Amino acid sequence: MLTEYAFWLLSFIAIFSGIATIISKNPVYSVLYLILTFFSIAGHYFLMNAQFLAAVHIIVYAGAIMVLFLYVIMMLNLNQLEIEKRSNILKMLAVASAGLLLVILSGAAHSADALTANPNKVTPAGMVEDLGIALYRHYLLPFELASILFLAAMVGAVYLSKKNLNETQA
Amino acid sequence: MEILHNIYIHHYLALSVALFGIGVFGVLFRKNAIIMFMCVELMLNAVNLALVAFSKMHGDTDGQIFVFFIMVVAAAEVAVGLAILMMLYRNLHTTDTDSLNELKG
Repeated sequence: MLTEYAFWLLSFIAIFSGIATIISKNPVYSVLYLILTFFSIAGHYFLMNAQFLAAVHIIVYAGAIMVLFLYVIMMLNLNQLEIEKRSNILKMLAVASAGLLLVILSGAAHSADALTANPNKVTPAGMVEDLGIALYRHYLLPFELASILFLAAMVGAVYLSKKNLNETQA
Repeated sequence: MEILHNIYIHHYLALSVALFGIGVFGVLFRKNAIIMFMCVELMLNAVNLALVAFSKMHGDTDGQIFVFFIMVVAAAEVAVGLAILMMLYRNLHTTDTDSLNELKG
């Protein structure tokens, strides 16, 4: 019973702060609301017995990615309010297409009524042990390839953020 | 430990769809490239939530492994994307996507 209340509370926080992310004028507030969304999603992971993912989610998203966003906003000095001038036709088109996609997706999700969770099935706990066995036994190659992806991303990020890109090329 | 007796998969799917819709709407509606970037992150997280819910439904850890790899790709994407954004700001002094119209005839 308590977990149901936790589900509804976390869902409300996630959707509210998700909406606040896109309607905040100040990008810093957007980042903070997005962090709140990520924390509530981590709470959902915890409710679904995925404790390791909840921890990793908080470390990676709230700890690394959003800090990176905040640093970029700080370095670019974007925290002043800006008035976005976008034509009304484009705004209406955005609302219409996002609403249509929402209708389609919720229709698809609604037709998934048969997919109820089987309470008799033993749910594997998402602890480090279970995930580690799966990751190092069946998914070893993607795991190693992820390190190459990280290396490439790191080289790319360092190269792109060089001060004078044209002079270093010569 | 079995929790969530009365919360079924379509509750999580509905939440996931709502978050994904918010993300799509933000990408289409806002002009600031950083906000659009954050909305992409929101969409990725909506998909992650659905995958974890499916993983719980099937009693299988594979869905959680997928979420793990999506996090890896998201971290790499943010590092490169924010570097591109820095270059953009250095050359144009704005992050407004409407100012990127040099390919327009």
